[in-house]
Amino acid sequence: MSDAVKANGEPKNYLNDTYGIKSWLLTLDHKRIGIMYLITLTAFFLVGGVFAAFIRLELMTPKGDLFEAETYNKMFTMHGVVMIFFFLIPSIPAVLGNFLIPLQIGARDVAFPKLNLASYYLYALGGMFAIAAILMGGIDTGWTFYTPYSSSYSNSFVSLALVGVFINGFSSILTGVNFMVTIHKMRAPGLTWFRLPLFIWGHYATSLIQVLGTPVVAITLLLVVFERVFNIGIFDPTYGGDPVLFQHMFWFYSHPAVYIMILPGFAVISDVIACFSRKRIFGYSFVAFSSLAIAVLGFLVWGHHMFVSGQSTYASMVFSFITFFVAVPSAVKIFNWSFTLHKGSIKLDSPMLYVMGFIGLFTIGGLTGLFLSTLGTDVHLHDTYFVVAHFHYVMVGGMVMAFLCGLHFWWPKMTGRMYPEGPAKLGVMFVFAGFNLTFLPQFILGYMGMPRRYHAYPEEWQALNIMSTAGATVLGLGFGLTIAYFIWSLFKGEKAPANPFQAKGLEWDIPSPPIAHNFEAIPIVTWEAYPYGPEEAASQSTETATEPAKEDEVV
Amino acid sequence: MSDFPLFPAQASTIAWQVDALYGFLVLLTVVFCILVFGMVTIFAIKYRRRSDDEQPEQNHGNLALELSWTIIPLFIALFVFLLGADVFFRLQRAPADPLEIYAVGKQWMWKIQHESGKREINTLHVPKGQPVRLTMTSEDVLHDFFIPAFRVKNDVIPGRYTTLWFEATQLGEFHIFCAEYCGTLHSGMIGKVIVMDPTDYHDWLMGASASDESMVEAGQRQFQALGCETCHKSTSSGQGPSLVGIYDKPVKLKNGQEVTVDVDYIRESILQPRAKIVDGYEPIMPIFEGQISEQSLLQIVSYIKSLTESAE
Amino acid sequence: MSDHAQGAHSLHHLHQFESAEQQYESATLGMWAFIVQEILFFGGLFCAYTVYRNTYIEAFTAGSHHLDIFWGTLNTVVLIASSLTMAMAVRSAQTNSGPGRIIGWLIATIILGCTFLGVKAIEYTGKWHHHLIPNSTFQWNDPAFPTVTLGPAKIFYSFYFVMTGMHALHMIIGVGIMLWMIAKVRRNEISAQYFTPIEISGLYWHFVDIVWIFLFPLLYLIGRHH
Repeated sequence: MSDAVKANGEPKNYLNDTYGIKSWLLTLDHKRIGIMYLITLTAFFLVGGVFAAFIRLELMTPKGDLFEAETYNKMFTMHGVVMIFFFLIPSIPAVLGNFLIPLQIGARDVAFPKLNLASYYLYALGGMFAIAAILMGGIDTGWTFYTPYSSSYSNSFVSLALVGVFINGFSSILTGVNFMVTIHKMRAPGLTWFRLPLFIWGHYATSLIQVLGTPVVAITLLLVVFERVFNIGIFDPTYGGDPVLFQHMFWFYSHPAVYIMILPGFAVISDVIACFSRKRIFGYSFVAFSSLAIAVLGFLVWGHHMFVSGQSTYASMVFSFITFFVAVPSAVKIFNWSFTLHKGSIKLDSPMLYVMGFIGLFTIGGLTGLFLSTLGTDVHLHDTYFVVAHFHYVMVGGMVMAFLCGLHFWWPKMTGRMYPEGPAKLGVMFVFAGFNLTFLPQFILGYMGMPRRYHAYPEEWQALNIMSTAGATVLGLGFGLTIAYFIWSLFKGEKAPANPFQAKGLEWDIPSPPIAHNFEAIPIVTWEAYPYGPEEAASQSTETATEPAKEDEVV
Repeated sequence: MSDFPLFPAQASTIAWQVDALYGFLVLLTVVFCILVFGMVTIFAIKYRRRSDDEQPEQNHGNLALELSWTIIPLFIALFVFLLGADVFFRLQRAPADPLEIYAVGKQWMWKIQHESGKREINTLHVPKGQPVRLTMTSEDVLHDFFIPAFRVKNDVIPGRYTTLWFEATQLGEFHIFCAEYCGTLHSGMIGKVIVMDPTDYHDWLMGASASDESMVEAGQRQFQALGCETCHKSTSSGQGPSLVGIYDKPVKLKNGQEVTVDVDYIRESILQPRAKIVDGYEPIMPIFEGQISEQSLLQIVSYIKSLTESAE
Repeated sequence: MSDHAQGAHSLHHLHQFESAEQQYESATLGMWAFIVQEILFFGGLFCAYTVYRNTYIEAFTAGSHHLDIFWGTLNTVVLIASSLTMAMAVRSAQTNSGPGRIIGWLIATIILGCTFLGVKAIEYTGKWHHHLIPNSTFQWNDPAFPTVTLGPAKIFYSFYFVMTGMHALHMIIGVGIMLWMIAKVRRNEISAQYFTPIEISGLYWHFVDIVWIFLFPLLYLIGRHH
């Protein structure tokens, strides 16, 4: 990583400050921990991606002729477990959040650096358990681990995987605690809540969900482990246990968990769209509070996964009703982002192309969510490919696009190198086109009635499935290209200036890559977030110096 | 590839309502997508950066706009909720006196029994133009009974009964899928609904491999064989409460609660009779948990349902 | 030992913080956030417990009759006492009463904590002898409760073991933290100016006690008047 660094000539930065494998594995520097997450996450993404490729290959033909049914079931389970628990949930917070939260709030590190490193190792340990479960023969329960199949019937390595997810849950909780405290207590003087970049607001809302939701799924999965190991009977109908209770407890976390996955995406988009249109985010406080609204509402809607689970009609009505309220903050965000472009100065560099892709795909993902929160249509669509398509539109079209967007945007800051713009533009086109080709047909398949998790399907659906597989190939090429030029840029990329995109924010006032303790002197902030206007920029430049005299202006 | 349908067959009374709702949502999606994509594209072209030191005018928001795109989506959302809830109620409430059919899911097949006693596996014969209610349970894990052409679906859960109803409007064969992942051969847990003319259906019931014992008769036989009759007499003179005419009626329990006698209550009272004791009786009934198969249980349940005052 | 020079030295804060005050506030807020997640963790169990208690009232009543109220009460007293000794440990640190006194109170807390765990072990052994461990060896036959069948009774004991087991695990972690605190005091890292570690360990310990204050009535007491 620090190959080009020479002791002479090169200014000190966090990458060349110390050397050796130990200086990385035992680092307390939030920036290095972020990089370690990035490497590990990418590995998990590739593992999950390989499973996805196998799934799409199998579904090219209606007969289940490539893999045994059992193998196929393990493929989609492991795709889900790896992608959700070990890629999507950590992704933006663990990589970009770790790297940027202290930089953006003018702090030297997160509040608890040792805990931060411990979180990384918990994540890695949880991941090892999951990988061990995969290598020993896999799991076949679906990532949702529904009882009583997972607790009493499956003969696969469920307990091992569950322990992995459980441990990983604590990584997520501790990261949430760490970020929450960091955002509350470590902000630079003058950096009030409403001067924070929206990146921070998004991560704050995410941390809230991580702290409040994850422990519930942790205990639930632990109960399933006990059920398998000791046969305790809580979810086992033969002892009078209720298998459906598991679904309530599982979704109490796992619905908010999709907001853990998407809120950091919103966070990235807000920062990038402001930079590439040179404008303050339209309706800053509405965007900020809509994140909190989503975090809070997210805890009240879990029952919308259970409209056909035998739950009472009235419970379903209430859950559906509350779910529709989630549409409002999501719409507020979309419209505010769109209006930020109005009368802006828009530059379509690759991060901005990812933003445009994100807005498009998330809009479709969000609107198709309405089909599933509408009781009358959900009965038909539940557990079909419509759900699969909707979920991927939000998670890949939303979250992964946002992650790539953020990675491009802050890549120069993180590595000190520029990514090549040409291939990046090509990459975003591939990802966008491939993605739509993969998942648009699945909406139609879902309405036709193709159930999810099917190894074989009636012949009349082959054409749409082939389209989907073809799309997945293009999507895979897009991801491959992106990973390739990122790695290339580490060695051959142009040296990055401190602020290659003329962006605003404390992280852009320091060199790329930053020094080990981030700031020579802690800045004092007297300006609003996103000061892209000329008068604001002027006021900012006079205030950057640490002037105690100005402290009385601080609110 | 010539045949590229976008909708499954519309073969039940509810199907067009679900399709209409779906169509409305598709329209809503398209309108909003055009709005958002149009806005983003037009702005991106119109306000593209022309020189590197361009400084756009700053604009911090607009309360009227914020309120309008908070309130308008809210009302649209609530409107959609109402439409959806309306269709959902119709999906949940079966009309009076439907044709009762019973289904048991197990890894990996559907076992179906008609009231006449006729059984079938992975096929379901139903008459056209008559409401049908399926009462379902599972012998092992969760399953889900899904007929796309009828737009109906419900989970099938071990240890309890769930129901779904439909009225077929089109003759022909339609897919049955298991929609809740249930293990290795989940995608093989499929079948066919065969919609017939009511007269054909009747002939089919009476035709080859017809059962000589209806479900009620089979239930009655087992009711006698298990000795239920010794206590549950047709008058209130027995050691157990009389079961005549109790179905769908409220009953008062020892602990003061009142419950309605539905299929789940009957099921529980057979398997775990001591869970809910009827006021005025002692908890002396033996426990049948684990001793009766799901199919026999359904027969006994349908027998108890059939015990009405007039039938006596 | 506790001279001011030493105290002033301990005042130094970790590099990521700008002041000792910021460090103190962060540590405290962090512990509170952690306790919130602990509440949710146990909350999941309490919630499931409530659902089943409503479904199987008789079985849960019967189950609690088989728990030994003597040991339960004793453990409640022991834990409340340990909260007191913990509070005294924090107080001694705050008032600069010297490392000996702090360590003394911490050891008292550890002894009480271990007493609790010992009593728990006695209770668990008793359940094992009566075949009340909720695995495949579980047996149930109580003529006093003829209406209660094996399944729901087993579910009660599943909750009993999972809830008290998770609580005991937290106690064990708590004892480990106390040992760590003793080491910190011995290394002179605690003073009246900087006693944050002891204070937030105290928060944790009190939280674990409070969980028991809910577990005791829910498992041992409710329905006992029957």
